[in-house]
Amino acid sequence: MIHHDWDGLTDSSAPGSPRGAAEAPGPAPRPSMNGVFVVIAAFNEERTVGAAVRGVRERVANVVVVDDGSADRTACEAGAAGATVLRHLINRGQGAALKTGITYALGLGAEVIVTFDSDGQHQPEDLDTLVAPLRGGGVDVVLGSRFLDRGTRVPPVRWITLKLGIVFTRIVSRIRVTDVHNGLRAFTREAVQRMNLHEDRMAHASEILDEISRLGLRYREVPTRILYTDYSRQKGQQSTAAVRIALDFLLGKLGKGH
Amino acid sequence: MLRFRKREIGLGPFLLWTGFWLVAGVLVLRPSATQWVAHQLGVGRGADATFYLGITALFYLFLRMQLKIRDLEHQTTELVRKLALEGARKAERP
Repeated sequence: MIHHDWDGLTDSSAPGSPRGAAEAPGPAPRPSMNGVFVVIAAFNEERTVGAAVRGVRERVANVVVVDDGSADRTACEAGAAGATVLRHLINRGQGAALKTGITYALGLGAEVIVTFDSDGQHQPEDLDTLVAPLRGGGVDVVLGSRFLDRGTRVPPVRWITLKLGIVFTRIVSRIRVTDVHNGLRAFTREAVQRMNLHEDRMAHASEILDEISRLGLRYREVPTRILYTDYSRQKGQQSTAAVRIALDFLLGKLGKGH
Repeated sequence: MLRFRKREIGLGPFLLWTGFWLVAGVLVLRPSATQWVAHQLGVGRGADATFYLGITALFYLFLRMQLKIRDLEHQTTELVRKLALEGARKAERP
């Protein structure tokens, strides 16, 4: 059982990684982040996951990385950076990995679940703005939005895809958001427990919005920065995969009757 | 084919296959039977009716199969998840 070692020394996360390297120092205790668990899904992200984890751990002590069947040293890097590492033996998709991490975090008594990307596109500085609205008690889910952030410059193809996604989401899920595919989100424990998340792959993002709409959860969007780097440009196939994501999502909705 | 004894395949499949072969036999011996079906459905030719029914059946079976595949995917993910959580639990115990 992981204990919240708020003195910032060893938390027992290193044993969670297969080959625990040097213990990474914990963050300075921050009472506002008590009970917050950041869940990161990673697939072959050895180059960026370490930095992502370290950045997050400057603010949040509990970081769970789910290694989704990586062939590289993702799990090692994450563990060395101080995260608790869970491993999918085979790749199941980002949605599945996040759900595994969320399940684990809830099992440890998480009050707030934050999802965060492993590729360096998300900024740890946004964690405060992300979690703050949940404290008041009037909000169930906080969604990051790159379009609300003035500093984010979205590449053209991605911009079009996301804007079209807004239309799709409004029609199908009847929910209005400015950024339909942003991995930076925060949920209260109660909210995420009520959600039925079945999508294994990228359609999980649409499913989350659909569930928020279905359950009538109170949500808020906050500006968050997306940093597009040369590395993340490799993932340009995201935009062209959008049609497939939409089809997967619709088929999933069809199957929910079963 | 009619050598299937009930003991081997159960009642449901047996009736299904028997029915299938009866229909096939009727169609072979009297092809104009499709004309009768077509007439019942209000469609032009017997062959057309066969096609329409066949395509409808294919669509249905295809959809069923897609959903079955989704179920299998979910089961696999559940398995992988359980293993991952087990692994984490084992690592926590000193």
